[in-house]
Amino acid sequence: MISIWFFIGISLAVNGALILAAGIYQLVNPPVSPGVVLFHLHSNVWSGAVLLVFGLIYCFKFAPGRQS
Amino acid sequence: MTSLLATYVATRLVHLSPVDLVIVVFYFALVLSIGWYLKGRANTGEDFFMAGREMTAWVAGLSFLSANLGALELMGWAGSAYQYGILATHWYWIGAIPAMLFLALVMMPFYYISKTHSVPGYLKLRFGESSRALSAVSFAFMTVLMSGVNMFAMAKVMQIVLGWDINFSIWVSSLTVAIYVTLGGLRSAIFNEVLQFFLIWAGALLIPILGLYEAGGWTNLKLQIAQRASDQYVHLWSGLGSFTTNPMGIHWTGIVFGLGAVISMGYWTTDFLVVQRILAAKDIRSAEMAPIIGAGFKMMVPFIVILPGLLGLAVLPVKLVPESVATVTGGHSYNDVLPLMLARYCGPGLLGLGVTALIAGFMSGMAGNVSAFTTVWTYDIYRPFINSKGSDHHYVNMGRWTTVIGVLISVGTAYLVMQFASIMDYVQALFSFFIAPLFGTVVLGMLWKRATGPAGFWGLLCGTLSSISMWAWVKVDPSALRYVALSPHAKGLAQDMYQALWSFVVCVVVTVVVSLATKPMSDSQLTGLVYGLTEVPSVGDVPLYQKPLFWAAVVTVVFFVLNIIFW
Repeated sequence: MISIWFFIGISLAVNGALILAAGIYQLVNPPVSPGVVLFHLHSNVWSGAVLLVFGLIYCFKFAPGRQS
Repeated sequence: MTSLLATYVATRLVHLSPVDLVIVVFYFALVLSIGWYLKGRANTGEDFFMAGREMTAWVAGLSFLSANLGALELMGWAGSAYQYGILATHWYWIGAIPAMLFLALVMMPFYYISKTHSVPGYLKLRFGESSRALSAVSFAFMTVLMSGVNMFAMAKVMQIVLGWDINFSIWVSSLTVAIYVTLGGLRSAIFNEVLQFFLIWAGALLIPILGLYEAGGWTNLKLQIAQRASDQYVHLWSGLGSFTTNPMGIHWTGIVFGLGAVISMGYWTTDFLVVQRILAAKDIRSAEMAPIIGAGFKMMVPFIVILPGLLGLAVLPVKLVPESVATVTGGHSYNDVLPLMLARYCGPGLLGLGVTALIAGFMSGMAGNVSAFTTVWTYDIYRPFINSKGSDHHYVNMGRWTTVIGVLISVGTAYLVMQFASIMDYVQALFSFFIAPLFGTVVLGMLWKRATGPAGFWGLLCGTLSSISMWAWVKVDPSALRYVALSPHAKGLAQDMYQALWSFVVCVVVTVVVSLATKPMSDSQLTGLVYGLTEVPSVGDVPLYQKPLFWAAVVTVVFFVLNIIFW
């Protein structure tokens, strides 16, 4: 049976990748009006990266083939 | 369609980009995939209703907490923090932690070794059929109505925040929950609740981090709140010596005895919605550890709920007002503080994750209601009173149909509330009537072997009726609040605290008096159900760091330290 933690890994990794991609796009093409405060911190870049890394770790550690 | 689109454009609080929508759609696809994957593992009653009783402590513990971490809970308490300050944290600390530890160390062994399927099921074993019937019917009825009330409230939130049509929100979310619970039963609900727990944290965590950065740290935040509101907004206990020296209009006795000793005990130890998750644990150690793990995370929830409300007081350029005022003036209400903070800090992608967290919170609460309703209906109403000779397969099918029917009743309730808004207040009040007396009945049943079957029934009934009477009294004559809550300065929340306290007292007194007037039950009838006549199973020969008692002590120390820090 696939572990619940594998599903969580998929969720975090996919969401992280999407948020990171959106953040990098805004980094490369800064909007005229960012619409959020503290835009200069580019929170979607680093938080997306953190989610992606955690998600990939969960996916790898709890991958169906790796479980006994 | 045109009016739907007009609503979408005109009223939304935040604007989702394409990547945000992809994140929301991906969430729905994933929860349905989990339900589909688990459909082959819900063929027996134990699988469908109890998740095979094979959940680890972590899965059961996070699910236990997630079933309570609904979106309305998140938004409502963030709004309360804006309105009342840090006092709202009491509902997360003294209003949860002692009760969760009590459940883990005192009550869980009895629930677990009795192998009951539900809390009403325990009442059947301990007090007999009449107590079970009273508890099961009231629970099933109120749970499914509450689910509908929450569904409507959430659809309303989605309309305000995102501009989504109410019908669209109700049907998409309810059908999704119906599909994944019908397919995979409690295991599917638990898996999705754990997923939702992670999404809620991932989606909401940036608000306090960026908010504290903007406010210049906790010390500066306190100064700004003191300037814009009052110094008492950042103190947990120091203003509770009088009803008039804190924003909530409550006395410390109400918080300690009403909230901490009765309401929270009733909710966290006898509300089957949350207890069902723990009953699915794989062994006694996991069953005891699960609420302790839940308590550890519960203590951290104010970071993503209360702190955003406090930050809203300091950094938001607009002043939020009560819902009734916002409706008239078109301004933002207290309950909008979390979405406003989300929109303030979260750009494309993060906004989608935050909205997904709100949707996930709503769906986890609804799945919890539906799966608990299904179990109580099938095992505590249908099987004993309607068809006691069905096969296991028959009861599983009944469970699947009940899931669908429960969702449809919830949808019907949501539309009823849409037509008659005052129903929402009545349903929420009704639900609270049963919690405090039920705790009195269950805890006396577990800890006092002299409590008899008739006493359990009459104590529960009289406690519930006393709660209804007090509520009706204040409804008819609002000045009666001074008697119920012991002060003319008491406000609405204080009524809930004292009403629960008095109904618990009535339940206990009636149970004791009737017990002493009726024939005691024999020891053989009570073995495995009552303290003193039950050999509580050991958690085994495990290292100190794996013992529930050790982690309960750690949580207790942290609980006291936090209360002292924010005194």
